[in-house]
Amino acid sequence: MTTQTVLAAAGGVSGGEQVTFWILAPLALIGAIGMVAARNAVHSALWLVLTMLCLGVFYVLQAGPFIGMVQIIVYTGAIMMLFLFVLMLVGRDASDSLIETLRGQRAAAILLGLGFAGLVGTGIYRALKGVTAVGLDQANAEGNVQGIARLLFTKYVFAFELTSALLITAAVGAMVLAHIERRKQDKMDQIATMNARFAPGNYPGPKPGPGVFATSSSVATPARLPDGRLTERSTPDILPVRELTAQEVSPKGTDK
Amino acid sequence: MIYLAQDPTLADFGKDPWWLVVGKVLFAFVLAVLATLLGVWFERRVVARMAVRPGPNQVGPLGLLQTLADGLKMAFKEDILPRTADKVVYFFAPTISVICAVTALSVVPFGPMVSIFGHWTPLQVTDVSVAVLVLLACSSMGIYGIVLGGWASGSTYPLLGGLRSSAQMISYEVAMGLSIVAVFMTAGTMSTSGIVAAQGDATQLTVFGTDIPAPGWYAILLLPSFIIFFIATVGETNRAPFDLPEAESELVAGFMTEYSSLKFALFMLSEYVSMVTMSAVTTTLFLGGWRAPWPITLWEGANSGWWPLLWFFGKVITLVFVFVWLRGTLPRLRYDQFMRLGWKVLLPINLVWILVLSGLRSIDHFDTRSRLLWTAIGAGVLLLATLFWPSRKPQPQPSLQERVNNRPHGSFPLPPMDLQVPPSPRTRRVVAEREPANIAAGPESREV
Repeated sequence: MTTQTVLAAAGGVSGGEQVTFWILAPLALIGAIGMVAARNAVHSALWLVLTMLCLGVFYVLQAGPFIGMVQIIVYTGAIMMLFLFVLMLVGRDASDSLIETLRGQRAAAILLGLGFAGLVGTGIYRALKGVTAVGLDQANAEGNVQGIARLLFTKYVFAFELTSALLITAAVGAMVLAHIERRKQDKMDQIATMNARFAPGNYPGPKPGPGVFATSSSVATPARLPDGRLTERSTPDILPVRELTAQEVSPKGTDK
Repeated sequence: MIYLAQDPTLADFGKDPWWLVVGKVLFAFVLAVLATLLGVWFERRVVARMAVRPGPNQVGPLGLLQTLADGLKMAFKEDILPRTADKVVYFFAPTISVICAVTALSVVPFGPMVSIFGHWTPLQVTDVSVAVLVLLACSSMGIYGIVLGGWASGSTYPLLGGLRSSAQMISYEVAMGLSIVAVFMTAGTMSTSGIVAAQGDATQLTVFGTDIPAPGWYAILLLPSFIIFFIATVGETNRAPFDLPEAESELVAGFMTEYSSLKFALFMLSEYVSMVTMSAVTTTLFLGGWRAPWPITLWEGANSGWWPLLWFFGKVITLVFVFVWLRGTLPRLRYDQFMRLGWKVLLPINLVWILVLSGLRSIDHFDTRSRLLWTAIGAGVLLLATLFWPSRKPQPQPSLQERVNNRPHGSFPLPPMDLQVPPSPRTRRVVAEREPANIAAGPESREV
């Protein structure tokens, strides 16, 4: 199979794998540093996306195409997207302030972080020095996806089910917390809303404007309803309703 | 039917010389750009036909070059950068969209094994054992372009459009992924070329003692999955009736409100490329990929050589036409209706269908394919019956006057039924009468 032949052949590192690694490893590191260093929360999340994408490609490189793609789809595509969703709703100008509340905290954090990274790095390097990977071909013998499926549904089925039960409980819990109980009669669907809007006694449209007719342009002139009646809703309450007399609507003789 | 060794397997990939790889990649890229140029023209012409108007017909033969002219004009427009925009993210967002849309084309099989300059190679850029997951990954990364574009614009409507689109695409990706699960279960592989090969062998259906070759397309065998998948792709590509992220009546243009010039063109490009990509994926997963449909398969050479490219693009263009048809026909859904459709209709139906499918597969002594075919035929008949079931006999309609008389007190006032325009108070206006002007005569008749 291509993925297996091109990628990690057990015991050796192929040229393509090395090139990909040395391109993506610095990128992943830059992403990690950028995530910590970025002041804007959304930028921070984007740096993390870069790191996760690189990790996904690393998994593919190490003959685990399924887990690599799942890393990209689930972590980068769905989970980070929801993170972004929340961050964007928080507000785009919510940058962190640079004022240290604890004196010397940043320097100490950098020092401790470097020390920890050095410890872990050297520890892993010394532990894995000269160790050759075995069993990769057997694990992928019947295909990567099939191998994972076999393990998930036989050996680790209990752990798998427990994890899914935990996740479902969390989802249901979140839904219960966010749920608002509404009485049945308070729920209005589209049809009910429209019926209520056009029910007798309710005026469906905006309030009619006061009359600007051919004879008058006064806000005191009430508007006419479709059947010709005058409506008081159109005039301000403080103004007396004033209807034009026959004399006022008669031609003034100026336009002759 | 005997197929020659046309079906590429995973072992056939990764053996091309470098120039062939470059050529295939270029082919996919050029295809994406050409698809946009022709797709915009196709959509405008088809929608115009549906609206009984000519559509673009001035630039080039049949208006074919209209999109090119528009694209050139767009490139020379001013590129506006809003003052509140986040510059780097604003710049990168459209490129992310385009890159993801084009990358997805790399695992689509365009045809069988062919000979290119003496190299026996599959007509597909590459294939991996998880190729369909690569497609899903591309479409889920494509959301970033839209969301970041909306956020980085630094104004309200784009932000709302971007957030809408992320919620929309994530929820429809769930339905999409679940319908692909049915394909995985039936095909037994996740590689696109493998799925096309699995749809190749025709099922023999025995009806009243005669063998009828039925197509092995998953669109028929897995009818519910196909329907849900196609609905989900429309939601995933932000096309009408699911184009809520750019709902112009609510959000101006959604996430691309602030974009102009080439960046806007990139967003347009990604939209059309993803429409073509999704059509190609639907063809691959459900419509037999590059394999010819039934009457053509009577000809032995239909599925070999370069001919399958023709069948493949025929199917893709048909699906793109359906996309355009939907846009020309259906009004946009409201946001809550849209979400309800995704989570409360498509998702449960999909889950139940997968359960039924695994049940069908686990019955012993019974051929899965013919069983699926019978299920699909049953489902199709049920669907047609619900579509064409005569509705209840209509109640006799009361006349207009009766309905007016039956209106309760306090209803919205109606204009009088025998409406006559009341005489205007100025009806007695008199037009000024003048002597007819006489200018033909000499200077003595000047006093007009």
